[in-house]
Amino acid sequence: MSLKIDQDHTRFRNIVRGKIRENLRDYISQGEMIGRKGNDQVSIPIPHIDIPRFTFGSKGQGGVGQGDGEVGDAVGGEPEQGDGQGEAGKDPGQHVLEVDVSLDELAEILGEELELPAIEPKGQSQISTAKERYTGIRRVGPESLKHFKRTYREALRRSIASGTYDPKRPIIVPQKDDKRFRSWNVDNEPVANAVIIYMMDVSGSMGDEQKEIVRIESFWIDTWLQKQYRGVESRYIIHDAVAREVDRDTFFHTRESGGTMISSAYKLCAQMIVDEYPSEEWNIYPFHFSDGDNWSMDDTLQCVELMKNQLLDRINMFAYGQVESPYGSGQFIKDLTEHFGEDPRVVTSEIRDKEAIMGSIKDFLGKGN
Amino acid sequence: MPQFARKTGIPRYLRKWQATVEKVARGYGLDFFPVVFEMLTYDQMNEVAAYGGFPTRYPHWRFGMDYERLSKSYEYGLSKIYEMVINNNPSFAYLLEGNSLTDQKMVMCHVYGHVDFFKHNFAFRSTDLDKRGRIVDLDSAGADYKPNRKWVDKMANHGAAVRRVIDRRGIEAVEQLIDHCLSLENLIDPWSRFFVRDAQEPISEEPSEIEVPRLRAKEYMDSFINPEEYIAQQKERLEKAREAQRKFPANSERDVLRFLLEHAPLEKWERRVLAVIREEAYYFYPQMQTKIMNEGWASYWHSKMMTQDVCDWSEIIEYADNNAGVMSTSGGRLNPYKLGVELYRSVEERWNRGQFGREWEQCNDLDEKSHWDRRLGLGRQKIFEVRSLYNDVTFIDEFLTPDFAAEHKLFSIDWSSRHERYEISSREFVKVKQKLLSQLTNAGNPVITVEDANHENRGELLLGHAHEGVDLRDDYARHAMAALVRLWKRPVCLLTVLDDKKTMLRHDGKEFTSSEAGEG
Repeated sequence: MSLKIDQDHTRFRNIVRGKIRENLRDYISQGEMIGRKGNDQVSIPIPHIDIPRFTFGSKGQGGVGQGDGEVGDAVGGEPEQGDGQGEAGKDPGQHVLEVDVSLDELAEILGEELELPAIEPKGQSQISTAKERYTGIRRVGPESLKHFKRTYREALRRSIASGTYDPKRPIIVPQKDDKRFRSWNVDNEPVANAVIIYMMDVSGSMGDEQKEIVRIESFWIDTWLQKQYRGVESRYIIHDAVAREVDRDTFFHTRESGGTMISSAYKLCAQMIVDEYPSEEWNIYPFHFSDGDNWSMDDTLQCVELMKNQLLDRINMFAYGQVESPYGSGQFIKDLTEHFGEDPRVVTSEIRDKEAIMGSIKDFLGKGN
Repeated sequence: MPQFARKTGIPRYLRKWQATVEKVARGYGLDFFPVVFEMLTYDQMNEVAAYGGFPTRYPHWRFGMDYERLSKSYEYGLSKIYEMVINNNPSFAYLLEGNSLTDQKMVMCHVYGHVDFFKHNFAFRSTDLDKRGRIVDLDSAGADYKPNRKWVDKMANHGAAVRRVIDRRGIEAVEQLIDHCLSLENLIDPWSRFFVRDAQEPISEEPSEIEVPRLRAKEYMDSFINPEEYIAQQKERLEKAREAQRKFPANSERDVLRFLLEHAPLEKWERRVLAVIREEAYYFYPQMQTKIMNEGWASYWHSKMMTQDVCDWSEIIEYADNNAGVMSTSGGRLNPYKLGVELYRSVEERWNRGQFGREWEQCNDLDEKSHWDRRLGLGRQKIFEVRSLYNDVTFIDEFLTPDFAAEHKLFSIDWSSRHERYEISSREFVKVKQKLLSQLTNAGNPVITVEDANHENRGELLLGHAHEGVDLRDDYARHAMAALVRLWKRPVCLLTVLDDKKTMLRHDGKEFTSSEAGEG
């Protein structure tokens, strides 16, 4: 069930993002709350828009407070009437992380900015089942979910530590900070039905800058496709003259120095699809990034063959991104265009520098297939 | 959100407790509207709270903003809303699903305190409606006065009305207008419901020719006895006087919103929206006027009822823990709950012991004073009287004593320009009290009035600011004036004081200017 407030909330978010009502921009301020997530302190941004009224200059007015202190002592923050409800985060001084936009929201912004169409998935629609299981423990929660054992343990620990524990009279009185509550975790039953296969050329000619571009671009592609399909799988293939599958971390950080045989990657990719991702059930997105400097024309022709015969019929879209490198000839993209220029399933894009990433994402995802 | 949460009735065991609490409350002499409790999940609670307690309001982004803040602080465990109660007859009160029984009991006790206050405090009389749902003109309400406070319906009607306007005009235009109206929301006259300001006399259309009275003289002496220059001079003077008399409004108008509603060249839909904003501003005003008294009263009763009647002994620690959270004054903040409840207790004790009146005031013997007890037992009666007849300003003014201020360690805070921070500026009773009162006066808003609707004979709107030592915030004033221009559709001027200089601010829709004003 959606709440009535959602509409107002969306409107507010849009104002904060500056999409509508630019006249209010001057009055947006970024407040924050310090909260706790596990053991970390997190800063939660609370954007606020003040509706400007006739009001007193804040510094002029001052206020009234209560408590100890000498005349001339500093009083923190603005003097205002607190309502005494709730308690602020208690132990400052720890590292504070920033929780900002959620990835979902980010994807939405991306989608809006680039006017990306929503994707029509194929296969048996996206079934992802979420189950809530009460497996977590939190420090706040309703009394009805109080975890007695944990609470007792905390209280015991505190009273021993503070020296109030008396073994002859072992009475433990839990305090607020001792309380522990059950909380739920959401288990996503993995019913992934989309897979992204990233392939990257790691031959000597791909420098750090080129990899950085690939990394940024693949992050955004990931984010967008995650938004479109719940539970996206990602696979990573690197190649120089030979191809192999690696994990995400290795994918972004490996630098080899061999030559370049693109067909090796395509072969592996095709193999992967045949073995693991039957195309009736999966939405398959191979992305290949290279500087476009293939070893030989023969190999390029072999690539074209592979795509025609093995890849294109099984996938949703084949994307080739060519980063510019000072060493490469950049021939490959021309060859692809020559053979597949008319084929809507093949998308190519040239990424000259970081600024070009946005445009290239639009090239890749702008078709909606 | 789970579907079952849409059923908002409370479970049977809580209904039983409601009956108990209600009986206890009546036993203490509380008198309230019927109370309807509803149980909400946290996200429903946050939603309703964001709407100011009314599940159906007109759409506006600021409700979404409040919702985001409330949900985030709930999700990260920083704060949660235990209860909410609406000034309505019957009163609706919301309980949070998942709270412990002790919490729910405490909330119920608290709620009955609030509802008694809604019904009896004079300030809330201005939220009475007549049978047709209009705000009652208290002045003409007869003896058979029966309050109707169906504000839930009224707010829903407002919502529907604004939605209708949005359907025709588009969200952009209407929202802009609402923003402008909200910028001026605080320019109302809190006392207008309680007495009639001077009636405005209509101005006759064609003023007659001015005749200067002449001294009687023979014809040949006339030019000496009534010289031409003198006559002309007199005529000019009279014209000026008449001009001044013709000034409209004849007296300063404090309800700027009403003035705009009646005299600004608004289109019908604009008038509709402005009327909605104004009525709701009046509805919420008494709650601002009585924040300390209202929360203090409810807290007084929840602690009395919980500790004497309602609490089980096994619940007392949990209750005390929660109560301490509500009453906390950490970080040098003044907590209205705490201040209010302590003031009621202090009044109760003083009237029980007879520590009031001339004899008490004239007594200079500190020792005698500290043992002063006339055993009058008037305390309870007195605080009931106080809850009916005072608002925060008069409450503090009359009952905040030097002893109380010292006992509760009150201090005043001022901005120190030397250290660039807020500092404790004084613990002197007079200064502290004055600061508190000035902060509460007019709910902390500057007093701004309409002075002239035809300023400089150009149809410009002249406003005056009754400067009381604190300047207006410059950039906000600018925006509020732009909002006024939008509604008045002509340039708007404001006479105020900035940096000790009389200053005329002017906004013509495009440009904002500020110039030193000569004679006032």
